[in-house]
Amino acid sequence: MSIKEIQEEIVSEFEMFDDWMQRYEYMIDLGKDLPLIDEKYKTDKNIIKGCQSKVWVHAELEGDQLNFTADSDAIITKGIIAILIRTFSGQHPSAIIDADTNFIDQIGLKEHLSPTRANGLVSMIKQLKMYAVAYQTQLN
Amino acid sequence: MFDIQKIRADFPILKREVNGKPLVYFDNAATSQTPQVVIDAIVNYYSHYNSNIHRGVHTLSQEATDAYEVARKKVQAHFNAKHDYEIILTAGTTHAINIVATGFTQFVNRGDEIIVSALEHHSNIVPWQMLCERTGAELKVIPMNEEGSLEMDVYETLVSPKTKLVFVNHVSNALGTVNPIEFIIKKARAVGAAILIDGAQATPHMKPDVQALDVDFYVASAHKLCGPTGVGVLYGKEEWLNKLPPYQGGGDMIDQVTFEKTTYAGLPFKFEAGTPNICGGIAFGVALDYMNSIGFENIATYEKELLDYATKALKEIEGLRIYGEADEKTAVISFNVGTIHPYDIGTIVDKLGIAVRTGHHCAQPIMNFYKIPGTVRASFAFYNTKDEIDIFVAAVKRAVMMLS
Repeated sequence: MSIKEIQEEIVSEFEMFDDWMQRYEYMIDLGKDLPLIDEKYKTDKNIIKGCQSKVWVHAELEGDQLNFTADSDAIITKGIIAILIRTFSGQHPSAIIDADTNFIDQIGLKEHLSPTRANGLVSMIKQLKMYAVAYQTQLN
Repeated sequence: MFDIQKIRADFPILKREVNGKPLVYFDNAATSQTPQVVIDAIVNYYSHYNSNIHRGVHTLSQEATDAYEVARKKVQAHFNAKHDYEIILTAGTTHAINIVATGFTQFVNRGDEIIVSALEHHSNIVPWQMLCERTGAELKVIPMNEEGSLEMDVYETLVSPKTKLVFVNHVSNALGTVNPIEFIIKKARAVGAAILIDGAQATPHMKPDVQALDVDFYVASAHKLCGPTGVGVLYGKEEWLNKLPPYQGGGDMIDQVTFEKTTYAGLPFKFEAGTPNICGGIAFGVALDYMNSIGFENIATYEKELLDYATKALKEIEGLRIYGEADEKTAVISFNVGTIHPYDIGTIVDKLGIAVRTGHHCAQPIMNFYKIPGTVRASFAFYNTKDEIDIFVAAVKRAVMMLS
């Protein structure tokens, strides 16, 4: 599936819920399925800055596909990073670089998009895309 | 008489909803809300006499100058400073601290010592570290204990003739601990050290008397006292303010300027370079009037009631731990529940209309002491109610259920 298709899938999953509580509960559930980062990569170097909670991300190239693993010490943050990784993992770096992330707004998590928001969703997106840029260069 | 409903009606923001729920504002230690009289003063200033001060002969400038200087006198009266020119109006507490820390460069040498406490906000640590880097002086830290109090017996061993300046906050922002500043001042005084007290977190809850305290410098921010942001106060004893060099160069702080030499204006203008926050200063005066009309004794009594009520209710939540349980504390509760990240709790209670602070509260050394990433901090003001505390406690319980 393309990034866009996965995003549409996530949007339709979230549309099943009427209120924010159910959406947050679902997000927390998604966080439990997050492909966890190997402990050896849980270093300060891999912490995404700009988040109030700690978020570690690791990226690995498999063929021409980029795979992400991550973890966070906060459950909601873990849910958010899980949603992002679900859309980006297994994709070609160039697709990740070009992807837009407006679906976050559509699933009712708009409040997390503000650049001043302490959870740093914006920083997470930026960091994932930076990995894609780095690996894209490697592929070229 | 303390009429909570009447007081709440003074604050228009308390009527608003957040995420479809009535706002419960428990982030007062970050900034207080603004009563209508202060909002009116700001509107009135810009509607009727907005102009630059201390320089115009025209009517508007005279009116604005008078109002600004009246505000200074209100601040003087509030803190019981001996002279109005001992009140420097600044951009805030951080600015005020930096005026002193920078000015002390010439009074501190290698081998000298500066004492700060372990309970400080980052803004209180960094200027002194910078001063030490500039001068080669050494920074000494008064340690804290498990209940969040400073260890006075250690402090006594730290104070020596090498001590040039002691800097402590009156109340800790992260934990609400009221520090024994009378004792700290007395000991510093005995070795001839200067003393600067940060009253940012104390002044919303109590009325310090700088002469009775016999403190050299005392700083505070208007925005925690129902005033606007961008205004603060540096109280300094006349002799110290005369000795300290100006912090910034600019208009209003000069006496004579030639390209060969400039002589500085007298107090307080020496430290007030450039056009100040005129409207903010005037509004600060109105805010102090407002708080004094309610009365700081009434405020303290009522807030203590809120603190005790909330402490008891929160402690009934399984796994909840409160950080900072000093006997003397202001209406601040810093806590965590089990291993749940404070950010998670803060996010859920925000969805329920409640504003609390989460994180390290710019006091990472305190968080390191407890080995936690941060806390949830609920801080109360005199316009909060027990009903709001009930809503908050229920929200925390709901968050814990969702997050466990």
